[in-house]
Amino acid sequence: MPDFIKRAPLRSGIDRRSALKLGAAAATTLFAPALVRAESGPIRIGHLTPMTGFLGTLGEWAVLGIQMAAEEINAAGGVNGRMLEVRSEDSINPETAATKAQRFLEQDGVDFLMGEISSASALAISEVATRNERLFMALGPRSDVLRGARCSKYMFCTDIPNTVMVNAVGAALKRDGMVEGKRFFTLTADYVFGHDLLKAAKAFFDANGAELIGDELVATDVTDFSAFILKARQAQPDVVCLNLAGNQVTNFVKQYAEFGLPYPTVGFNLNTADAWAAGVGNLSGTWPTVWFDTIETAGSKDFVGAFKAKYGKTPENHAWIEYIALKIAAKAIAETGSAATPGMIEYFESEAEFDILKARPAYFRKEDHQLIQEAYPFSVKPEGSYSDVQDMLALGPAVPGADQSLEAIYPPAEAGACKI
Amino acid sequence: MQIVFLIEQVVNGLVLGGYYLLIALGLSLIFSVGGVVNLAHGAFYALGAYVSVQLGRHVGFGAAAAVSPVLVALIGIAFERFLLRRFYREDPILGLLVTFGLAMVAEQAIRMIWGAAPLPASLPAALRGPVIVGDFLFSRYRLLMLGVVAVVLGGIWLLLNRTSFGRVVRAGIQQPDMVAALGIRLQPYMTACVMLGVGLAALGGALFAPITTVHPAMGAEILTIAFVVVIIGGLGSFWGVVLAALLVGVVRGVSVHFAPAASEASMYVLMFVVLMIRPRGLLGEPIEKFER
Repeated sequence: MPDFIKRAPLRSGIDRRSALKLGAAAATTLFAPALVRAESGPIRIGHLTPMTGFLGTLGEWAVLGIQMAAEEINAAGGVNGRMLEVRSEDSINPETAATKAQRFLEQDGVDFLMGEISSASALAISEVATRNERLFMALGPRSDVLRGARCSKYMFCTDIPNTVMVNAVGAALKRDGMVEGKRFFTLTADYVFGHDLLKAAKAFFDANGAELIGDELVATDVTDFSAFILKARQAQPDVVCLNLAGNQVTNFVKQYAEFGLPYPTVGFNLNTADAWAAGVGNLSGTWPTVWFDTIETAGSKDFVGAFKAKYGKTPENHAWIEYIALKIAAKAIAETGSAATPGMIEYFESEAEFDILKARPAYFRKEDHQLIQEAYPFSVKPEGSYSDVQDMLALGPAVPGADQSLEAIYPPAEAGACKI
Repeated sequence: MQIVFLIEQVVNGLVLGGYYLLIALGLSLIFSVGGVVNLAHGAFYALGAYVSVQLGRHVGFGAAAAVSPVLVALIGIAFERFLLRRFYREDPILGLLVTFGLAMVAEQAIRMIWGAAPLPASLPAALRGPVIVGDFLFSRYRLLMLGVVAVVLGGIWLLLNRTSFGRVVRAGIQQPDMVAALGIRLQPYMTACVMLGVGLAALGGALFAPITTVHPAMGAEILTIAFVVVIIGGLGSFWGVVLAALLVGVVRGVSVHFAPAASEASMYVLMFVVLMIRPRGLLGEPIEKFER
């Protein structure tokens, strides 16, 4: 830096910069003894999730879920006597997510990274994690590409991928005779997640004799869908099918009910929170989910009870996934005796099983680092049969059936493009 | 058939433009009288939506949509009296900063009162459904909304152009010192205008609550569009804002027809083109106090 500006020396004779450095050093020594990274200090986890924008609603739930897990673990004495310190920040968009991930690792000295809902931001964080050779648990993103061509040795994905969501709904649609010979018009979120979901949907249509007669890409900040609804009508489809994300789904279903088009809607992506946000009488059709609060397992019931007691509301799927993911991470740290990345990766790759509050335990598949687990279709109860939005969804049976391998609904590992 | 589809999109765009108008008109009005760029305008829109949903649970949709703008307008009085008034004669950047801060405070306040999760809100069944005229399909509710906008617009035009109230306001916009010299206190007129602008934003929120996601950040979503409309129309111009709102709606509708992926960008392109040709906006008038 050119030294154009003469620095005024302080009275003691040291210049401003040295004084600042001294001050910073003093502050560090006084207030941050944990910088001496002893194995006895807290385990720091950098948690990134969108808290604003079209996925912001979901991110708020994510924070509640991971906080509750951290509090439970710490109240029970931490992991191997070490407390968990989860720092949550708004990831906003891929660029900011990458910057914050780098800062978490460089300046805040976190042990590993967790979080995210946006597939695009997750890809950006994954690149940072890979460059720094540090673990990143991608909790909410669903793009197949994160488990395929863009997978990483350092990234583990806990949500169900797009292909599983399509398969979970697809089975229910086939049962109802809504696939073969039907003409589909799709609306797709215009970013990596939507494109990826459309690809999975196309594969499903091709394999089951359905026809895709039109698709519209919708920017993620679109809030008025009237023009798209008119286009759907112009196409005269049998079924309107949504590959949208976050708030987009809520806005679309409200406006679709407003316009009152006769074509049934189905969708390959919906989060419970976005369904609740739509309000009574707007949502219809069959949708996939990774978890729902009426799942009949003791673990789920306990979780729902504790969550309601703590926050006064019913948890949705992102609160659940963040909760179980932190428990998974804690188990890995406890089993390997440290929060170091190589040990945790090795542990996950051993396909160790985790209780995720469903009927069957889950495991990370070694080949592509994704959590293999059950999924569920759900449908909307007829209008008038419920009074509260939180009662309007009816959960279907888990897929795959109890007699099938969990991997039956996943793309086969050997066919995947993931090379770890 | 193609041309029918296109006309359908143009008409739908006009309806959408009518709704943008509610937000943009208030923004333009507040800027015209006080010279303050009100970045908190979106917050009043959000507040209008939240209050109407909350009230609607007890008194029904129609009554809530009518009462909520009035209640929020009352907040607008306090906003003008205790905050905005101090910034009329200050550097514009100060007004910008304080309203920006207020927008953030309002968003967090909504989060604290109603929670971060969106508020569910639905249209009454009687208002749902299409109106089909020949080959064209319209949403019954949006047609109704367009009617409300037209009535409100007519009312404001009459108020500003055919009443003594309007004469003072228009004179105050152009020559505040001259009006003061004539012995007229502008302050109550300012308060009334801000109240009106805030009420319009809240009406927009109340009308749109059943067909959009009612969440704490909804104000920020609408504010950008409202600004684009005001800038295209020209600051201080009533008909400029009307024209620009309809134009933005139509441009969006038409771009969805031809290039759907670019539809969100279309209004910014429109703004760019307009500013290149007419930096003052389509019908913007020169206003003395901004020409320094």
